[in-house]
Amino acid sequence: MISQFFFIFIAALLVFFIPSRWKGAYTALILTSGILITSIPAIRILATAGALVPAGEWLFSGALPAISIDRLAGFFILIINLTSLTSIFYALGYLRPYSPRINPMRFSIHYFSYFWLWASMILLTVIRDGYAFLVVWEFMTLSSFLLVVFEGDERKTLKTGINYLIQMHIGLLFLMVGFLITGDQAGRTGFDSLSVYFGNHDNLPVFILFFIGFGIKAGFIPIHTWLPQAHPAAPSHVSGLMSGVMIKMGIFGILRVLSAVQSDLLTIGLIILGISLVSGVIGVMMAIVQHDLKRLLAYHSIENIGIIGIGIGLGVIGLAVGNPVMQVLGFTGGLLHVLNHSLFKSVLFFSAGSVYTSTHTRNIESFGGLIKRMPYTAILFLIGSLAICGLPPFNGFISEYLIFSGLFKSLAGLNLYMSIVILSGIIGLALIGGLALFCFTKAFGMVFLGEPRSEAAAKAHEVRPVMLIPQLLSVAAILLIGLAPVLFVRPVMGIAGEVFNFQVPEEISSPVLSNLGSISIIAGIFIALAAGLWVIRKAVTRNRQITMGPTWGCGFTAGDERQQYTASSFADNFAMLANPLLRIKKESDGIEETELFPRQRKFKTHSVDVIKRYLYDIPSDWFLSVLKKIAVMQTGQIQHYILYAFVFMILVFVLTFFNLI
Amino acid sequence: MIQIGLILLAALFFPGIILRTKSIVSGRRGPGILQPLKDIGVLFRKGSVISQTTSWIFQAAPVIGLAAIMTSLLVIPFANFKALLPFEADFVFFAYLMAIGKFFMIIGALDTGSSFEGMGANREALFSMLVEPAFLILMGTFAMLTGYTSFSAIFSAFHMDGNPYAFIYGLISFYLLVQIAMIENSRMPVDDPKTHLELTMIHEVMILDYSGFDKALIHLATYVKFAVYGSLICSSLVPAGWNTALQAGLFFIIQMVFAIIIGLAESFRGRNKMFRNSQFILTLSAIALLAFVVVLILTQKLIN
Repeated sequence: MISQFFFIFIAALLVFFIPSRWKGAYTALILTSGILITSIPAIRILATAGALVPAGEWLFSGALPAISIDRLAGFFILIINLTSLTSIFYALGYLRPYSPRINPMRFSIHYFSYFWLWASMILLTVIRDGYAFLVVWEFMTLSSFLLVVFEGDERKTLKTGINYLIQMHIGLLFLMVGFLITGDQAGRTGFDSLSVYFGNHDNLPVFILFFIGFGIKAGFIPIHTWLPQAHPAAPSHVSGLMSGVMIKMGIFGILRVLSAVQSDLLTIGLIILGISLVSGVIGVMMAIVQHDLKRLLAYHSIENIGIIGIGIGLGVIGLAVGNPVMQVLGFTGGLLHVLNHSLFKSVLFFSAGSVYTSTHTRNIESFGGLIKRMPYTAILFLIGSLAICGLPPFNGFISEYLIFSGLFKSLAGLNLYMSIVILSGIIGLALIGGLALFCFTKAFGMVFLGEPRSEAAAKAHEVRPVMLIPQLLSVAAILLIGLAPVLFVRPVMGIAGEVFNFQVPEEISSPVLSNLGSISIIAGIFIALAAGLWVIRKAVTRNRQITMGPTWGCGFTAGDERQQYTASSFADNFAMLANPLLRIKKESDGIEETELFPRQRKFKTHSVDVIKRYLYDIPSDWFLSVLKKIAVMQTGQIQHYILYAFVFMILVFVLTFFNLI
Repeated sequence: MIQIGLILLAALFFPGIILRTKSIVSGRRGPGILQPLKDIGVLFRKGSVISQTTSWIFQAAPVIGLAAIMTSLLVIPFANFKALLPFEADFVFFAYLMAIGKFFMIIGALDTGSSFEGMGANREALFSMLVEPAFLILMGTFAMLTGYTSFSAIFSAFHMDGNPYAFIYGLISFYLLVQIAMIENSRMPVDDPKTHLELTMIHEVMILDYSGFDKALIHLATYVKFAVYGSLICSSLVPAGWNTALQAGLFFIIQMVFAIIIGLAESFRGRNKMFRNSQFILTLSAIALLAFVVVLILTQKLIN
């Protein structure tokens, strides 16, 4: 695998020398071959048991980091490959309008970083050596940074990108410290030495280091602040790839570390579960009040990371209390949700990007009626929405069902303390489901239904097939997982067992699989019923008189698109309820008493990310203001600096005289 | 199959009983018990007016709503008859099936571009979101009490364990299920189906633009939904071990009592102020949590 991989690296470099209009196609070609080459061992490892360890010469001088594919790596490679594939072909269409405006060099850099993002993610899954892992992790950060700042002419985009870069390096620092601490005497470090370290040290502190380091990438609240900024700023195919796959590398890292952890499991499980619940609920609550379609989706990524975390947390607690039901269902649900989220979130980001391409806006308030102008994109977005809400018969339901059933099934046998923990998981997951439904009825309804709210929306048109077809691949997978879950859950169960070193007992796996079998039957019946009713409806109403008329407006028919419910008004009653947490700001100028003919006026609402504000903005503002006061000393006059040195020396002298230092 | 037949049979008479109760209480002669069915028959034969603003979503919504509720019948048990397709944690599936129906009804309402319907859609979305935890806590408590996680297994084990305290929980769950059913079906005190002002409606305003066949489907879905909740209520009250014929009798009596309760509530209660509704619904979750604590005590986890 490695030698072909090396060959592809060289080939990818050639993108700089390809004529401008072929760069995209060339990258797609190279990437597709790379995806084929890497998928084969991944599929092979998933089909057979036991770790395959191809050793080989490596690029980094001196070090020979161990490279091995286990089933977890295989699973993640397939996830990365699928979304990278759909994303690059989508990009061919998405980037076309940019090509006259943007200099070809920037395209080359973009495509090359795209390739590197893919390659670094693949490598991360197989590298076991700590230093090599960190280097590749850094490659992933840098390449994704370059991808985010594709439209770097806008100051805001560049600023967001730099913010992303800085936060990722804070994460890197935590990982570096984590790997350094866990190194062995010979100075070698990595996932293999991790388990040795965990065997005879405290597990919790080091785990927390890794959790923060990987968690920043994954976007757990409260270390999520880069995510809602970077996703909207990036081009849509990149947002899809980053949200669908790249943030999962954080989850991957956490899983790798968890598989080595040996004690303090209960505390760790509770921490993961707690943070995930907070991420899930607050993420979706924040999503509801966003006006920017892509930022809304970005907050949903936080929510879904939360759901994945709930599954993993449940599994870890299961390991701690020795409850195989919790282990199997928690880990399986969490892992499957990684796959599911990568599918529906990329579809959602891609269709949001299609909407952006044809309307040039991301503001939810200025869409409307797009289902008539972009019918295919509307269907794709609808399927994505249904899947992300966890509704049957789509894939999101399967993973949420697994986690739910893990929670419910373990409820009976546990002690008081654990029952309450599990119940809070149930309440959290139920709330997340309801809130997601609220959010996506709003998003779909406001973007695609009703009358156009702006001229841009009225003039929208369907995007090119090259942007639609890649999404079909993801949609096919969404439906396949939703309708035939057994095919996917069985291998994922095996992966979970291998990572955490437990056997999946037959008496646990077989009822789960038979439940999923019933779900596919019922889902089939549901679809058949709906289709049957539809046919009956068509047949019966064919002979009926069907009149088209304006929407009922209480006798007032001169209504126009401005009288429609807006996204803000849709979210208003929820925002009122959640105001302590969301801090919505409304600005409007009231009508004066003497104003007989009100003039045109404006109304503004906007929400603050409360966690970002109170945890980062206010403390850092305070810190800056203190520093500013101290900066009075920095006068720029050499006499003053000499005076400071003199005072310092006297201080040292006096303190030494009194034996204080 | 028998439970599906019973539920559908109950669904036929359910709205009529509510109507009769209301007319008797208010001293009117009122329509016959079959009047709602006749109304539906009329709707089925009628043509319809469809808004120009709408798309296929508007027409698909009632179909999917009814299909979802009919599909949910497959996991509902009756007496010692198991559901047709019971599986573990099928109540999660049930809750999400209800949700998919709601999803489509909400976007169906938004499809018209009417501000009234937007308002109704938004309220429906908010209230159904708030009620979801209450239902799942309730079922979670059942699961903890019985050790099973499917409707069929829970209800067949619920009264069998010889635990007299189960009766207490049966009563609490009766109260909660009635309230949840009222909210899910947009009835008093959360929503008033008979109000004449669009601004104060929830469900009625969402379906403002529906007519003819589609409207009939929506009404049918509501009736079946009532009967489904009625049958859950029945299962939580009547031990599954009893004689089947007796249970079938009790089933209809309970459905009737349930309908009468709704009728009485609508005759004597006012609708909540709209923004108090969220409080009201959250209270249900609080009561469900309380019931959870009660069960913790019953199962001797809290005090032993």
